[in-house]
Amino acid sequence: MALATAVALAFFVVPLIGIVERANWSTIWSDLSSEEARSALRLSLLCSVAAAGISIVLGTPLAWVLARASIPGRSLMRGVVLLPMVLPPVVGGVALLSAFSLRSPIGGWLDDALGIQLTYSPVGSVLAETFVAMPFYVITVEAAFRTMDRRYEETAAGLGASRATVFRRVTLPLVLPSVVGGAVLAWARALGEFGATITFAGNIEGRTRTLPLAVYLELESNRDAAVALSLVLLVVSLAVMVSLRDRWLAQP
Amino acid sequence: MTRLRLHAVVLFVVIVAALAGCGSGSSSDESSAYSGTLEGSLSVSAAASLRDAFDAIGDGFTAANPGVEVVFNFDSSSNLATQILEGAPAGVFASADEANMARLAGEVDGDPVIFARNELVIVTRPDNPAGISGLVDLADAGIISLCGEEVPCGRYAAEAFVLAGVTIDESKVTRGQNVTATLTAVTEGDAVAAVVYATDAIAAGDAVEWVDIPTEHDVLASYPIGVLAGAGDSELARAFVDFVLGPDGHAVLGEHGFLPPA
Repeated sequence: MALATAVALAFFVVPLIGIVERANWSTIWSDLSSEEARSALRLSLLCSVAAAGISIVLGTPLAWVLARASIPGRSLMRGVVLLPMVLPPVVGGVALLSAFSLRSPIGGWLDDALGIQLTYSPVGSVLAETFVAMPFYVITVEAAFRTMDRRYEETAAGLGASRATVFRRVTLPLVLPSVVGGAVLAWARALGEFGATITFAGNIEGRTRTLPLAVYLELESNRDAAVALSLVLLVVSLAVMVSLRDRWLAQP
Repeated sequence: MTRLRLHAVVLFVVIVAALAGCGSGSSSDESSAYSGTLEGSLSVSAAASLRDAFDAIGDGFTAANPGVEVVFNFDSSSNLATQILEGAPAGVFASADEANMARLAGEVDGDPVIFARNELVIVTRPDNPAGISGLVDLADAGIISLCGEEVPCGRYAAEAFVLAGVTIDESKVTRGQNVTATLTAVTEGDAVAAVVYATDAIAAGDAVEWVDIPTEHDVLASYPIGVLAGAGDSELARAFVDFVLGPDGHAVLGEHGFLPPA
C-alpha cells in the first residue's frame, strides 16, 4: 500500500523535477522574450480567454438546461456535451475539419456567403479550444445548479419576482463561485490545447501557433526555448491549482 | 493488509515489466543469433517520406529473413534525430537530409551512405482552384503548407524559394511537423498548396494535383542511411542497410518515385 502510493507519487513528481532541472536559467529570459515566444504567448492568452468567454456565454444556459429542464433525452444531451472530455483531441480536430473546412457544407457556405474561413485562422484556434474546454465549464456549473438550495429561488418567486429576475438576482449569485471555478478550469484546458488546434487551425506563426504548438516545434531546434515555454505553462497550471485550492485540495 | 501489499507488489512488477518491454525494441535474442541465419528484432527510424517505400522494403527483408522482425518509426528526420539523441532505441537511421544525419555523427557506426534522392514539387487541391503554376504564385495564394523550418522538407523548400527569388510571408504558412502532416493540410485541410517531395505527391494520387518546380529552382533531397553504434545487433542492422542499398531496395525505391543516388 505504502509502496504503491510512493510509486504513484514519484511518477507525478519526478517529471516535474526533471523539467525544472533541465531549464537553462541563464537564457530563460531571452528565450521567453524572443519575437516567436512572445507571439505564441500573446496568441495563447487571447485564444484561451476567448474560449473561456464563449464557454461562459453558451455554457451557462446549457448547464442550466442540463441540471433543471425536464426534457426527453437529457442524459443523451449530457453525454454529447461531455464527450470531448474523453475524446482524443486530434479526433476533435478531424471532426471540426469535417464540419467546418472549406469543403464541408457549413464551412463552404460561410466562405461563400460571408467570406469567413475558420480553418488556419485564430478564430479556428478559438473554436478548437472551446470544443475541448467548454465541457469542463458545463460539468462544473451544472453540478452547482443541481446541488444549490432551491428554496431561495422559491422564496424569491413567492415574493413576486419574475423568472428572469430570480435567475439574475438569486440563482446566478449562488452559483457564481462555480462559474468562476469552471471558467478557470476551461481556460486552463484551452491554454494547453494541442491536438484539435494543430489539426483544425494549423501551425501558423502569430496566427495559430499557440504555446503548446510552439513548445512542440521548438523541441527540435531550440530545446532551451521549448523548456522555457513549458515552464510558463507549468507555472500557469500551478496558479490554477492554487486558485481552485478550496475546491480541490481541501480535506473532505 | 497483506493481500493489499501483495497486490501492490504484483502491480509494480507488471508496470516495470511493461516499461522494460517498451524499451527493448532494438535488442535481439542473442542466444539464437548464430552465423548464417539472421534472427531478432530491428528498430529502424526513417524519414516520414520513406514510409511507403520502407514498409515495402521491410516486407522484402523479412520475407528473405523469416526470423527477423523490423519495427519502423517514421517521423521528420529532425524529430527522429532528437529522439535518438535522447536515447530512443534504433538500429538504423535513414534521414531525408545530411544535416540531421550529421547531428548523430557520434552515434553512427562508419560513414552514412546516400541511398536515394528526391525532387520537390508543389501540390494543390485536385482542380488547382488557385491556378498555381510555380513557386512565385505561392506568395499570394492564401494559406500554404510547408514543413517546419528544422524539418528537411522545410529546409529544402526554403532553399528552393531562395533560388526562385520568392519571399513568403510567414503569416501565410502553416508548418507541418513532418512531410506527411504538411501534405495532409492540403488533402484533408484547407491549405491551398504545399511543397512536398515528388514521392509524397505520387503516393497521394488523385487527392492532389501537382505542379513541377523548374529544374533551376528545384532542390534535390539526399537521403543518407547509417547503422547506429548503440544498436543491439549491428549484424542485423548492417544486413538491413545492405538490403536497402542492394538491387531489391533499389527497385522498391524506384517504384515509389525516388531517384538513385548521384
